[in-house]
Amino acid sequence: MAVLVIADHDGTNLRDTTNKTVTAASKLGDVDILVVGQGAQAVADAAAAIAGVRKVLLAESAELGKSLAEAVEAVVVPLAAGYDAVLAPATMDGKNYMPRIAARLDVAPISDIIEVVSADTFVRPIYAGNALETVQSSDGKKIITVRPTAFDAAGTGGTATIETIAGADAARTDFIGEELVKSDRPELGAAKIIVSGGRAMGSAEEFHAVMDPLADRLGAAVGASRAAVDAGYAPNDYQVGQTGKVVAPGLYIAIGISGAIQHLAGMKDSKIIVAINKDADAPIFQVADYGIVGDYKTIVPELMTALG
Amino acid sequence: MKVLVPVKRVIDYNVKARVKADQTGVDLANVKMSMNPFDEIAVEEAVRLKDGKEHHAAGTVTEIVVVSIGVTQAQETIRTALAMGADRGILIQSDADLEPLAVAKLLKAVVEEEKPDLVLMGKQSIDGDNNAVGQMLAAILDWPQATFASKIQIADGKATVTREIDGGLQTIASQLPAVVTVDLRLNTPRYASLPNIMKAKKKEIAMKTVADYGVDVAPRLTVLKVTAPPVRSAGIKVADAAELVSKLKTAGAL
Repeated sequence: MAVLVIADHDGTNLRDTTNKTVTAASKLGDVDILVVGQGAQAVADAAAAIAGVRKVLLAESAELGKSLAEAVEAVVVPLAAGYDAVLAPATMDGKNYMPRIAARLDVAPISDIIEVVSADTFVRPIYAGNALETVQSSDGKKIITVRPTAFDAAGTGGTATIETIAGADAARTDFIGEELVKSDRPELGAAKIIVSGGRAMGSAEEFHAVMDPLADRLGAAVGASRAAVDAGYAPNDYQVGQTGKVVAPGLYIAIGISGAIQHLAGMKDSKIIVAINKDADAPIFQVADYGIVGDYKTIVPELMTALG
Repeated sequence: MKVLVPVKRVIDYNVKARVKADQTGVDLANVKMSMNPFDEIAVEEAVRLKDGKEHHAAGTVTEIVVVSIGVTQAQETIRTALAMGADRGILIQSDADLEPLAVAKLLKAVVEEEKPDLVLMGKQSIDGDNNAVGQMLAAILDWPQATFASKIQIADGKATVTREIDGGLQTIASQLPAVVTVDLRLNTPRYASLPNIMKAKKKEIAMKTVADYGVDVAPRLTVLKVTAPPVRSAGIKVADAAELVSKLKTAGAL
């Protein structure tokens, strides 16, 4: 079987969500990678170095650089004829264009898989992760998004060839602008440690005053509960949960987060979970490996001291 | 202009889904059902577009048609949307749990009949969590799509949409007609007032069946089983930060 993986990147750097998707794809067959972007040669070079990759295709245009769905569709749909499956990580971009590509090909897409059972059978979470569905596809071609945290990252050492193909633009959509959050901290999806704050913080100033120094001390990414994001204490892309980002770091420290079902669905696969909450009955303690019952205002400064 | 808003009847947001013992699905017997929360946000935005609330010019939208595909009780979901301010409803009755591809094909047939300028819908339903129908509908209509909207402006034949993406926000302008799917932070849906609930009872709901549209809705996926996720067990409480750091160091997490 031939499998095409659509790379996730920021224009310059390949994200390891791509390596994780390659791991899922390699269970299905021989893997090629498609890089869509603008000025993305460095990304294509990094993709070519992933172990086991056969070939890298690079398609460039201004609107591919902004991942506009109609442009990505125009590149992928003709290519799909040569593949048995097309996979992308279930990032906001992947979720945006993959169902569009599937519908064009008259295929039922399979979203957010966490396990490859066989060439046509996959496991995916439903009901905010409260149930896992095993589905078998009868479509000749599979169009799949992959939950990156469910797969190990494929290593490097590969020497795939890079082939440039024609780019495309979105016919009736124009890119207007973007506001990207700039940070020196690791991205949520790639961080080994995440410190996450909840509504208990009470204000945006307090959220940053508490979370930022702790994150910097630990080299951690900062996350937030939906309640904290909805209240305006943290930007939307901090949100960890079923409707935000699904993360699985080595260490997840939840501060002032009660542990709503939809938040737990986004972080319960973390290796070690720590909860700091003044309510001893908060549901977060039911999934935490280590819990401290107490006010974060006292505990977090003590934690900073204990970390030295 | 006319807006079409697809809505779905799903398990209530506050109810924890439980898997059936025979692994055939999630137990929905005697469970509270409500409008999918993302669809409520889509209905709210359509009503604001009609009323000229927030940054919308009054009369941007002149008619809001709500469509649902599902069991007979999905009429209640449509009534909720009518009470929020939608004008009329269409229920395509189906006892089968249709896949996103089939839903997109049925909605395409409705679009061809109703000829809306905009389809405004939730980004995903909280049961199947596919996040697919809006994108698929846009594809088969050959319309532009603007997904995960946190702000929408309609002017000059375009929908200018601020989208939630990884790392921040992106703004795009799509020519109408287009499909826009909405995210959580677009608005806070209203509660329908009692007078509006009474008024909604007089609004029209057209009852249709899947067969009326002559669309192939055969499933492409077979659900082999539905299981509960592995349960994570609670760990230990530690006395203070110093003990926590020592435990984390022993566990190799720091």
